[in-house]
Amino acid sequence: MSSHAHSVHHAEAPKGFIRHYIFSLDHKIIGTQYILLGLSAVTIGMILSVLMRIHLGWPNAHIWGFANGIMTPEDYLRTVTMHGTLMVFFVLTTVPQSGFGNYFLPIQIGAPDMAFPRINMLSFWVTFLAMIVLLAAAFVPGGAPISGWTAYAPLSSIGEIAGPGQGLGQTLWVVSIALFCGASLMSGLNFLATTIDLRAKGLSLMRMPLTVWGWFITACLAVLAFGVLLAACILVLLDRLAYTSFFIPGGLSVSGQLLNHSGGSPLLYQHLFWFFGHPEVYIAILPGMGIISHVLSTFSRKPVFGYKAMVYSLSAIGFLSFTVWGHHMFISGMSPYSAIAFSVLTLVIGVPSAIKTFNWLGTLWGGRIQFTAAMLFAIGFVSLFVTGGLSGIFLAQPALDLYLHDTYYVIGHFHLIMGVAAIFAMFAASYFWFPKMFGRHMNETLGKIHFWCTFVGVYSIFMPMHYLGYEGDARRYSSTEAVHYMTEMHAVYLFISIAAIITATAQLFFYWNFFSSWIKGKKADQNPWHGTTLEWSVPTPVPHDNFGGKLPIIYRGPYEYSVPGMADDYVPQHLAPELVARAK
Amino acid sequence: MPQTIVTEELEITGRSGGAKPPSSSGGEGDDGSSGGSALPQRVYVTGITIGMGAILMFFMALVSAFIVRKGVSNDWRAFDLPRILWLNTLILLASSASIIHARRRLAKDDREGFHQWWAITTVLGLFFLAGQLIAWRQMVAAGLYVATNPSSSFFYVLTASHGLHLLGGIFALLYVGWLRLHKLTLSTATEVASLYWHFMDGLWVFLFLILLLGR
Repeated sequence: MSSHAHSVHHAEAPKGFIRHYIFSLDHKIIGTQYILLGLSAVTIGMILSVLMRIHLGWPNAHIWGFANGIMTPEDYLRTVTMHGTLMVFFVLTTVPQSGFGNYFLPIQIGAPDMAFPRINMLSFWVTFLAMIVLLAAAFVPGGAPISGWTAYAPLSSIGEIAGPGQGLGQTLWVVSIALFCGASLMSGLNFLATTIDLRAKGLSLMRMPLTVWGWFITACLAVLAFGVLLAACILVLLDRLAYTSFFIPGGLSVSGQLLNHSGGSPLLYQHLFWFFGHPEVYIAILPGMGIISHVLSTFSRKPVFGYKAMVYSLSAIGFLSFTVWGHHMFISGMSPYSAIAFSVLTLVIGVPSAIKTFNWLGTLWGGRIQFTAAMLFAIGFVSLFVTGGLSGIFLAQPALDLYLHDTYYVIGHFHLIMGVAAIFAMFAASYFWFPKMFGRHMNETLGKIHFWCTFVGVYSIFMPMHYLGYEGDARRYSSTEAVHYMTEMHAVYLFISIAAIITATAQLFFYWNFFSSWIKGKKADQNPWHGTTLEWSVPTPVPHDNFGGKLPIIYRGPYEYSVPGMADDYVPQHLAPELVARAK
Repeated sequence: MPQTIVTEELEITGRSGGAKPPSSSGGEGDDGSSGGSALPQRVYVTGITIGMGAILMFFMALVSAFIVRKGVSNDWRAFDLPRILWLNTLILLASSASIIHARRRLAKDDREGFHQWWAITTVLGLFFLAGQLIAWRQMVAAGLYVATNPSSSFFYVLTASHGLHLLGGIFALLYVGWLRLHKLTLSTATEVASLYWHFMDGLWVFLFLILLLGR
């Protein structure tokens, strides 16, 4: 009896370098391309954040790359914009979903490739183009825009008069994000169709690995949310280029000049933006939740605690994410009654989030835990998720948010839960799947040093920001010098800056580990972690069509670890029941 | 050198079914279930359904912006929609009927009838687009430009967005009608194209009602 059935035509990889590595239709190459794109984006984004921290810590320091070495307030805001846009769109949205998801979703569901490989390739190259257009904004007259990653109207809508960078720079920004929307819609469509229709025989929905669930729900969010942002981008472009008044109110006077617009609604932009923006937060974190469940189970040698509860809570978070966008707008002049509704709905998200957290702890409980680098980052993720999530409960109260909005409290909150937690998931995924992707192990010792530096580092950076927030220190101020009560807190700024520089430097461990292991790391065998899911059933390097023309059959759930009465402590999903070795 | 490459590939192919843990070491070979393409045809229908969901969200965002923008301000000025939009609507409804007819012909294996009705659908689609352009000319003649008033801004945004999506539908009709299909069967291809075409039709009726009643 063969556990591989469904013979299909065995496809060979194209031979030419360009068709094989550049314009590839293979989901594994495309996934790797996304990961490398994200790695370049995160590098630029991190350098920009260090430049900001240097300026905040040492306001008179000369900084390379700015006119006369001086970072003006406008330069600071440009840096904020580029840091935020690169990180949110080209790292957090791209790498966990389009990068790792592209690489592993088809393998984990037993499919030879994505449903629509050409659309997949197109998504990547449009994302690439979007990043080039975004980076180009920094090199045009006026430079990069100063309106942040949220590009609130009317600042983003009235053109050059709003400040340097609000001319061509802002136009390029909007075009870049519109392109990115198109790419994400295509990518989401591909993920959904693949998961719905190309699952291997026997792989029912409740047998899918939680990683697949994470990518699936995320793709639902992407498909529903990015169209709304695209609409907002088009209206902003028309306001800028065709002099319409969608978002620009009448009687607006900027720099002493009365603008010739009437009746537009800046609040409308915020509604459109955050209707996308809140699901976007979950687009960044849900794939991470899936990856973390996967890694925790593997290295605890235990099934995921409460698999179905994990699936339902993931879906609940995805659904609720469309009902809470107003909590970003408590101080926008929105009706206080709707603020109450948004506040309550936001608190409700705490319930599925708590289910997930307890189930992660339940997975660890009583397990035979292996503290690999991937496992450390997974546990770190849970820690960051709890810390960042708790401060979210405070921010969800309109009365508290009135005070804390636009302070460092918010910066600390969303960096911990959305930024760093998702980054930890990417690190966990890198250490975990590297042997399958490149046939070699990353260095574990370097990985553990990298973990501890990063873990202690990010807490040192972002926890003090909560205190700055309580003190009322406003975000996006380029300097503390002009505001008396902020000047008094300068020691805290200095501490954060030093922590940020050390943490950023510690990432060199990762870069070195990643690239040197790619070339000469320890050779990995097919299933180094003794995992149960399909990616470990195929040879390394994974063949062009994943299963060599024979699609697998699935016999059981994804996390059959330490099953009593079995010889091994793991039972792969694809192993026919009669082939499973029993304990003597 | 080429010799080595060939052997390597042979080896990979040979190993293919037998990744390590499972078992195909026993009887290698077909289980009888063979298929030319790895892709089930239903995936195309799934794909277009999801695509329509995404497109619907895009238009819903524009329409809710329309409603909000009209509600919050006092600068909204109603204008009379170009009369030709009624004719355009009829043309598009007729094209939906003709695409249904084309698929019926195909089901009865009447290829010639299918191609005729498919072509009629495509031409009706092009007439609709031409009619929309005429509507724009009439707007311009009446002095209503994109930036004249939020009401005219939304008119242009909604008709242009719909027109571009419909143009995509026309390309799909041309592709299905005149190009050789590789992986798709004709039945699936016409199903996908006609689903999208009906969607464009229904979407236009919806947008037309919004423009008409929301003036």
